[in-house]
Amino acid sequence: MGTPNAVGDWSSEMEVSAFRRLFPLHYYERHLSESIRPDARPLKRARDTIVSLGAVASSDGSALAKIGSTTMLAAIKMEVMTPSVDLPDEGSIAVEFHMPPICSPVVRPGRPAEVAPVISKQLFDSLLSSGMIDLKELSLIKGKAAWMAYLDIYCLDADGALFDAALLSAVAAFSHLRIPVVSLNDEGRMVMVSKELEGEKLDKEPVDKERRKLSLKSIPFSLTCILHKNYILADPTFEEESIMETFITVVLNSSGQLVSLYKPGGPVLAHTSAIQECVALTRQRMKELEEIIDEAISTMEID
Amino acid sequence: MGRRRGRRRTRTRRRLPSRSSGSPKQGRLEKEYEMVLKRTLQSICILTIHPNTTTSVIVQVVHDDGALLPCAINASCAALVDAGIPLKHLAVAICCCLADSGLVMLDPTKLEEEKMKAFVYLVLPNSILSVLPEESSSVKGEQMEQGLITSVTHGVMSVDDYLHCLERGRAATSKMSDFLRRNLQPQLSSDSSKAG
Repeated sequence: MGTPNAVGDWSSEMEVSAFRRLFPLHYYERHLSESIRPDARPLKRARDTIVSLGAVASSDGSALAKIGSTTMLAAIKMEVMTPSVDLPDEGSIAVEFHMPPICSPVVRPGRPAEVAPVISKQLFDSLLSSGMIDLKELSLIKGKAAWMAYLDIYCLDADGALFDAALLSAVAAFSHLRIPVVSLNDEGRMVMVSKELEGEKLDKEPVDKERRKLSLKSIPFSLTCILHKNYILADPTFEEESIMETFITVVLNSSGQLVSLYKPGGPVLAHTSAIQECVALTRQRMKELEEIIDEAISTMEID
Repeated sequence: MGRRRGRRRTRTRRRLPSRSSGSPKQGRLEKEYEMVLKRTLQSICILTIHPNTTTSVIVQVVHDDGALLPCAINASCAALVDAGIPLKHLAVAICCCLADSGLVMLDPTKLEEEKMKAFVYLVLPNSILSVLPEESSSVKGEQMEQGLITSVTHGVMSVDDYLHCLERGRAATSKMSDFLRRNLQPQLSSDSSKAG
């Protein structure tokens, strides 16, 4: 049985990297007692975040988001479909989160990651219930034609906080989205109007004159925090997540409402004070992320 | 030597009786429930007692009338007690839903769950019955407050509404844990052949 003293003796005899591999929890606790983490971040700070829009030229809207090393590529493709009978004036969205084997040694070609369909569902719920997208804007002709937006998010590097990065890339892709121009052809089917014809006079008027954007209100932003004893660590890396297994993901939208508070079990119990602190950290993070997205949008519009 | 952590894995599988034609949404909902169930049960089992063993938990849904995940967690917990597997504490699960007026309703039926603007599934540890006088918890002088094991929300609500639901959930789970204590104890004393 390891007592702190016994481990302390070992730590003076071996190299830091060996100690990190053999006694990861003690290694982290030594750092946490000094309120710092091995990558020199304070406990409450998230990693550097970068968002770049228009990463995939062939899609209707795309974005690449990086939080630290975690990299997500989101792309949206639009397709015309008939709306359902009970909601004839609404379009729809389909979200798919992929974790290809390049993202992490944990994912192997024969064994897909268990967490991928769970994140897909959480993303879908967060995007719809936050009120960011008004599905009525995706409608073309009531009862006959509406847009279906296929959002695909590929994880290129899984280094912790996957949901946060995926949500950020999804939001950025939707803000980059330009809905293609379509018109009704003779057979009554919707046809994409290609770029060469846009300038010329058309026999049939297109349904929209130009590629419009979606108006996004109440954008959701999230932050994952790890709970360990009395410490709260914001934005964990993969190593931190695997050692200290209890995490809370809080999703708030820009109107300040709680979209989701997800804590899937874990050895540490969350008291009300810890929950309130995580919500406060998420509010702070939301301000940072709003600035980053606004900057990315304005950089794109200048081009 | 460092502390050896013998990991015992918990595998969960859940089955719905009449599988609707494999719609991806249905599959994903089940996967999410499986993941939450697995992590909740992993946190209450004492994994170091039997290293290198896998505990397989299979949940068969007989009828879904709302609050499916809390019911599955309560059932799995009772099954683990029945199997005699050592647990740190019981997991008591409850569903709270929020109406537009801000009213908190506990344990909704399926129709109520679909109509409400938001609902929360909460899992709390069962309350401690101790012969010693109550010692206050060390968390900033809060009295023996129960921490939260698991929380899954659906729909939008304000942060205050969520904390309100959490309080109601705590009150309800303390009643439920008394009920569990009454019902599970007699079984253990009469059926000692299953223990260990």
